[in-house]
Amino acid sequence: MRLLWFHLMPYTDLPDDFAERYGSVWVDIDPALFDPKRGHQLYNEFLDELEGAAELGFDGICVNEHHQNGYGLMPSPNLIASALCRSTRDAAIVVMGNSIALYNPPTRVAEEFAMLDCLSGGRLVAGFPVGTPMDTCYAYGQNPSTLRARYHEAHDLIVKAWQASEPFTWNGRFQKQRYVNPWPRPLQKPHPPIWIPGGGSVETWQWCARQDYVYAYLSYFGYQAGRAVMQGFWEEMDRLGKDRNPYRAGFLQFVGVGESRAEAMQLYRASAEYFYGRCLCVDARYASPPGYTTEATLRARVTSQLVQAARRADEQKRAFSAPSFEEIVSKGYVIVGSPDEVAEQLREVATELNVGQLMLLLQFGNMGRELTAYNTELFAKRVMPQLRDLFDAEWENRWWPKPLAKEERVRPRRMAP
Amino acid sequence: MTTPRERTVHVNGAPCRVWEAGQGEPLGFLAGLGGLGRWTSFLDRLAARRRVVVPSLPGFPGGLGHDQLDDLADWVTATLDLLEAAGLRGADLAGASLGATLLAEAAAFSPGLARRLALVAPLGLFEEADPVADVWAQRPEQIPALLCARPEAFVAELAPPEGVEAVEWQIEQVRASEAAARLLWPTLDLGLRKRLHRIAVPTLLVWGAADRVLPASYAKRFASGMAGATEVRILEGAGHRVDLDAPAALADALLDFLG
Repeated sequence: MRLLWFHLMPYTDLPDDFAERYGSVWVDIDPALFDPKRGHQLYNEFLDELEGAAELGFDGICVNEHHQNGYGLMPSPNLIASALCRSTRDAAIVVMGNSIALYNPPTRVAEEFAMLDCLSGGRLVAGFPVGTPMDTCYAYGQNPSTLRARYHEAHDLIVKAWQASEPFTWNGRFQKQRYVNPWPRPLQKPHPPIWIPGGGSVETWQWCARQDYVYAYLSYFGYQAGRAVMQGFWEEMDRLGKDRNPYRAGFLQFVGVGESRAEAMQLYRASAEYFYGRCLCVDARYASPPGYTTEATLRARVTSQLVQAARRADEQKRAFSAPSFEEIVSKGYVIVGSPDEVAEQLREVATELNVGQLMLLLQFGNMGRELTAYNTELFAKRVMPQLRDLFDAEWENRWWPKPLAKEERVRPRRMAP
Repeated sequence: MTTPRERTVHVNGAPCRVWEAGQGEPLGFLAGLGGLGRWTSFLDRLAARRRVVVPSLPGFPGGLGHDQLDDLADWVTATLDLLEAAGLRGADLAGASLGATLLAEAAAFSPGLARRLALVAPLGLFEEADPVADVWAQRPEQIPALLCARPEAFVAELAPPEGVEAVEWQIEQVRASEAAARLLWPTLDLGLRKRLHRIAVPTLLVWGAADRVLPASYAKRFASGMAGATEVRILEGAGHRVDLDAPAALADALLDFLG
């Protein structure tokens, strides 16, 4: 299986009374809480952490896009990815991803991803999320009723732009461009692997199957809540006649590793409670813009038991009250334990959910650089070796980047004075 | 309560319900946010004096096809098609909230559309100093009191109408909210200010004094932009959904003006 190190880049200095005093971590978070000097430190530390994870042997490093958000300091993941292309050698650069309906024109994404693919020597995974309601409809003012149609048009345009052998005209429903001809072109052919971060919508599953893309369920609520969604996903793949190749699926899991379970329980309490208590304070006012969820999904949610479970997870996310660390652990939001215990649990999770692209949050909440390094290193040295062999004998990961051969890849060199 | 006569017209190939009740000269009414799930006492009171014709806009209860309307030109075209299919060109036309917005837009684009206009709390202008509320950034429990001075009237309106299945009704309501958002999101200026001067027919502007979506001060902004004679009526004790808060007073105000 593939093990990927995911950074959300949370602001780590939200006050203790954030939940009571401030309405929302997202959209209208108090600008006075952001200290740019702290921002300088954090961005550099976060890059160190991503680079460290790559050096320790994680298969990929992941960044994502959020706007006006106190737990996600990456309005532009491409800027971070670009730094990582230079500072890492082999890890896949997984941008999870660009909310393509927000870019005007969407060919901007075709251009930037092509730049990243060239810069990295073909290590890019191109993620195309619709984007959350908070990011897209509230922070960026997009119309929730046209968002998905715009998203699909932007996707079609980008994928065509990457492959067209000559300039073409795009006379779309929303997008009109007389001359589409992005320079540069992606290094990977026909284009970088495309992964789709999604919630529990049946239409997204069907679309991923049709396009042969990876579906990544990025929930903060762990494997117990994810079980119903992934079960629904695989049942849909069966129905559509697709194989159960686990590399079709990605999944996100918070993990805290210690020498023993007792040590881990002690080490990760504060940062987990910070994340679930402060970072997820999203005002319910921003949760459900009309039209964001399609009628088909609404109907499925009221008729299907399975997806109802997904909705409960979703609602949990919306009307959140801070859980205790014990609850966080017992519900499986964060897996904690000794390296062997974590390895055993993750093996079980990966097997049961049938996910080959496992994304790990080993920095979460206000976890500082030392603890992040400790968690990452224990995982890399003592958990990873116990998971590596899963799936590979039986399945091919057709959705992994195909970079240039090592000897063809250029290393950064200082220009001689 | 009257049971209206019902027929279906097509706009862009999508079916739209048209209700009709009463006798005499036609009076068209376009409902606002949420549309109409049932015939109301407000419509009944109008129907006592006039032949009331109530077409459903695309996406609102009784109407489909909002997902084909991508911009203001599409919405105005659909509104004109709908009113004409309902036999309302040249008639007296009234509308509330978003329905009033589309009537104002359509009247500006198409002189001769209405004999007289009655607009109840139309959206479409935005003053930073006096902002319009964002009805789509509310906690669910805040909605009734935002839209109605008598929140219980709004809560009653949310219950499934007789004969409509609860799940389908819920989906219809979300669809109506989406249709409104499709036109109005993010509820700022629609550009109507630049077209108001083209409205030259006598126009009544009605506002609930307790409108918390857009304050009654907007009545003057609308009135001063129009070329024709205007009259402003502010109804005490009514919020944005004047038709629910003060059904009789609203019907009487419209009938006073329209005859």
